Amino acid sequence: MRAEKLVALRASLVRPELEKKSIRIPLGHAAADLCLKGGLKRGVLHEVFALIGHEAAATGFIAGLAVRVAVNRRLLWIRQDFLALEFGELSAVGLLEFGLNPDRVLLLCVADAAGGLRAANDALSCAALGAVVIEVPGKPKIFDLMASRRLTLACEQKAVTAFLLRLGAEPDASTAETRWLIRAATPPAREENWGRPVFQADLIRNRHGQTGQWIMEWNCDDGRFQNPAADRGAVVSAPSD
Amino acid sequence: MVASRTPRRIVALWFPRLPTDRLQRRARQPEEPPLVVVKKVDNALRLSAVDRKATSLGLAIGQPLANARAMLPELKIVAADDPADVKLLARIADWCDRFTPFVALDGPRCLLLDVTGASHLFGGEPVMLNRISESLRAKGFALRGALAGTAAAARALARYRDGTVIAPGEEAKAVAPLPVAALNLDSVITHAFRRAGLKTVGQVAGRKRSEIAARFGAATVATLDEALGHAGKPISPRSPAPDYWKERSFAEPVVIEEVIRSTLKSLAAGLSDVLERRGEGARRLEATFFRGDGAVRRIAIEMGAPTRAPAIIERLFRDKLNALGDPLDPGFGFDLIRLSASRVERAGSETAGLDASINEKTEIDFLIDRLATRFGGHRIVSFQPKDTHIPEAAWAAVPAQYAQSSKLSWKKMSRPGDAPCRPLRLFARPEPVSFVAMSRLTWRRAQHVVTQCEGPERIAMEWWRHQTIQPTRDYFRMEDGEGRRYWLYRSLVPEPGGAAPQWFLHGAFA
Repeated sequence: MRAEKLVALRASLVRPELEKKSIRIPLGHAAADLCLKGGLKRGVLHEVFALIGHEAAATGFIAGLAVRVAVNRRLLWIRQDFLALEFGELSAVGLLEFGLNPDRVLLLCVADAAGGLRAANDALSCAALGAVVIEVPGKPKIFDLMASRRLTLACEQKAVTAFLLRLGAEPDASTAETRWLIRAATPPAREENWGRPVFQADLIRNRHGQTGQWIMEWNCDDGRFQNPAADRGAVVSAPSD
Repeated sequence: MVASRTPRRIVALWFPRLPTDRLQRRARQPEEPPLVVVKKVDNALRLSAVDRKATSLGLAIGQPLANARAMLPELKIVAADDPADVKLLARIADWCDRFTPFVALDGPRCLLLDVTGASHLFGGEPVMLNRISESLRAKGFALRGALAGTAAAARALARYRDGTVIAPGEEAKAVAPLPVAALNLDSVITHAFRRAGLKTVGQVAGRKRSEIAARFGAATVATLDEALGHAGKPISPRSPAPDYWKERSFAEPVVIEEVIRSTLKSLAAGLSDVLERRGEGARRLEATFFRGDGAVRRIAIEMGAPTRAPAIIERLFRDKLNALGDPLDPGFGFDLIRLSASRVERAGSETAGLDASINEKTEIDFLIDRLATRFGGHRIVSFQPKDTHIPEAAWAAVPAQYAQSSKLSWKKMSRPGDAPCRPLRLFARPEPVSFVAMSRLTWRRAQHVVTQCEGPERIAMEWWRHQTIQPTRDYFRMEDGEGRRYWLYRSLVPEPGGAAPQWFLHGAFA
């Protein structure tokens, strides 16, 4: 009990230090981290586009990114009312299974894209938040270059990271730090058992580096991305890091 | 001082012509025919309200309509609309809130105001009563008012001695000469008193209490004692009185938004001082705007944690005012703004701690309050586990402002190293799918080739919760050619030989 308390206290003291130093959070996938120069940048806007029909995969990918970036903090998930009908509700149990503690998630339902944008700008001024995820269906007019610039500025002020989940939209100009196109993938070497979630992640824009394409696997237990082949063959193995 | 020892001071306002005033206030014409409002009583149309002109021509409340018509053929007749009268009385009560928060509706045409300890703010009791009466008369209401130590005495005096203010303890002397009807008792009892030769309250009071109680019941004695000022009972205000409030009245009505905001800010600062001294914080704050023309607007904000920081209060009100569907309309200006705190709870001193997690919690609470103020408290939710294995009921989304840590904890189902066994996105209504062939399914008019399938996981419905038997479900995880993973179930028909099992798609995995 005491040891646990000590660990928690230490974590609370270490956090500010961590904030200053590691602006980039490694995803865990070596090749992608190399391309991102160490990892995903904090305090900026990232965009994730879902290939039509692959919305659930993109949701998983963005949840993974948010877990990595938020570390132990809470995150706000903003969604529009009708999305639940179209693509399904965000399931708390599903998040738990995916490796994200539902206690850490705040869910805000808004009526339209304008409300979502306003809420996001509000939320980004709260430095205690780990990340803000905004689901945007289609291509609303209000999400123009100006809006994305405003979001980026809001992110920078309090160093809170924003993720835009774009469903059913074509990538276009924005001020996002990175832009990803996500689809579900089958692992290259198929095994007997039902494997972990696997994504075909295309980094189609990277403001400070090169782009690339990878097949990533999400490790629900360690909360990190990895190469699907990374721990193949060993049924019981210690995490590689 | 014990609160109950303080002599209460109660204003009664009686509106004898409320229904006709309501009609005539809207469109007043100089040469109007006399107006009466009629209502069906005991199967006969009788006058329920009579305007000034009709009264002077000899009509009275309770008269049959046929009689009245015979007397005055030019009479204008309107059917009674009790809900509208009650609404109007409630609006007058709203207006009266500026004098005291304790305003009660008393019957269909009377208001009671508990002004104990408030009159000195308005220049003493007679001045206050005069001010209330004159302002309401200027708005077109016929009105009689009186101030006394008990509700019954004030009510009786309002009817028969308009404008009197009775000093504490003098009620018996003032009420004694009034007719028995002033007691506002049941008409049968009033009539019986008159038959017995007891014409005034004083004469009734002269009889033994036991005699009256034996003949007319204890309630009559209680009313009599209250009217005489021997025993008072508190009025029941329309809304619970706030715990603390601060207000500012303006000599000139204010219209400018900045002034309104800065007023709210300074009121918040004042309220915060009081709360801080008591070590308390408010969960609910209400700003009341009293407009010069009598309209009253209330705007409330709620907080997830007891709050007293003026900056936070001001910010929340600013958000709320910006998000209002129908904006605050100052009209010709507000002459009084009040900020009241209710649902006050204990709150420790707010010092920025060294422990980062405490500060984080306050910041998150503030964010939740802000989002709740702007979008509605039910829209910002957090998740709580529920003790059931039914997939769609395994968690609850509760308003984050009111979320408390649950006794249950989240339990992960999949073993370490396994894939998630519950989908990330779950459809509120499972969507029917059909199989074209063994490995080809149609969902939303698109075909998917099933390349992998895993299952079944059988989930039986909770028979102890439902009246009718819900079919058991066999869940399968399926993967299509593109790597998309879905969660489907086959709903098992209870008895053999029934219809073919139906397939549904319930969710999508990442």
